[in-house]
Amino acid sequence: MRRLAFFLPVLIFLGVAGYLLVGLTLEPQRLPSALLDKPAPEFALPPLEGRTAERAADGLSSAALKTGQASLVNVFASWCLPCRVEHPILTELSRTSGAPVFGINYKDKPTDAAKWLRDLGDPYAAVGADRDGRVAIDWGVYGVPETFVVDGKGVIRYRYAGPLTEDVVERELLPALRAAQKEG
Amino acid sequence: MRGRLLRSFLAVLLPALLLLAALQPAPAIQPDEMLADPALEQRARELGKELRCLVCQNQSLVDSPAGLAGDLRHELETMILQRRSDDEIKGFMVERYGDFVLFRPSMQGSNWVLWLGPFAFLLGGAFVWTRLRRRSDADVPVDLEQARRRLEASD
Repeated sequence: MRRLAFFLPVLIFLGVAGYLLVGLTLEPQRLPSALLDKPAPEFALPPLEGRTAERAADGLSSAALKTGQASLVNVFASWCLPCRVEHPILTELSRTSGAPVFGINYKDKPTDAAKWLRDLGDPYAAVGADRDGRVAIDWGVYGVPETFVVDGKGVIRYRYAGPLTEDVVERELLPALRAAQKEG
Repeated sequence: MRGRLLRSFLAVLLPALLLLAALQPAPAIQPDEMLADPALEQRARELGKELRCLVCQNQSLVDSPAGLAGDLRHELETMILQRRSDDEIKGFMVERYGDFVLFRPSMQGSNWVLWLGPFAFLLGGAFVWTRLRRRSDADVPVDLEQARRRLEASD
């Protein structure tokens, strides 16, 4: 009993210290998606005016996510600096991942967004213009950029909030995409 | 002497306080966002205070000047005009952003730890405290005379 009385505070201290230590390494800004493993929301977005790409007049709707092929959905805006930072990585993914990259252009001026794509290159298989950000709310987006992995049935398998980095792509996004592609 | 100190103190402190009051952030809600019906506006405010802004995470939807908070207030007001219930509106937010949007999380799933954890700690503390107390009671010096008598009786 006496030993317990001595060790108990030590144990409690170690417990709390460990708990706080783990807390230091967490990033509370990065929220888990509430939509993980749930079907992506139904939506139909008009095309981005001024975009010059093949089938640029199609826009983007939820039907494009349910073709049996896993895809990436990226929420971006020309006014968003981190989007510029992740743009090369997205371009690389569009070439090498074997999955189409779809874009949701968030609360942007079409002329700005089209120019942005012309200047930096257009990695998107299709882009929908979400002028008022309403569709992004359905996706649970709380900032740009955000990137989702959607499997062939249109179910969200992974979400990353913030600019993609090589590290995140290697460690998290690609494994999630590979798993989604395997499911078919 | 003392009065002068107090007066000069006030002379510095009062303007500082007034300045602080003047520096209050501008209200996040713009006049054109308000609902015409004051009762509905009141409901929107009360619900908005219960919901977290995802951008400035320690502010409520009502307090936050972030663009997303404005959009979500707009959604909230639309749903209120549609006469949807509080639970439906909170459900709308939780579906999209998770339990984190609720400042008062529901008691579902692992959230019960949040609600009951403090009481568990309190009970644990009370247990340890009573144990320690009981032992210190036992530490009271033994009445030697009584012990001797008991020893003799057992012989």
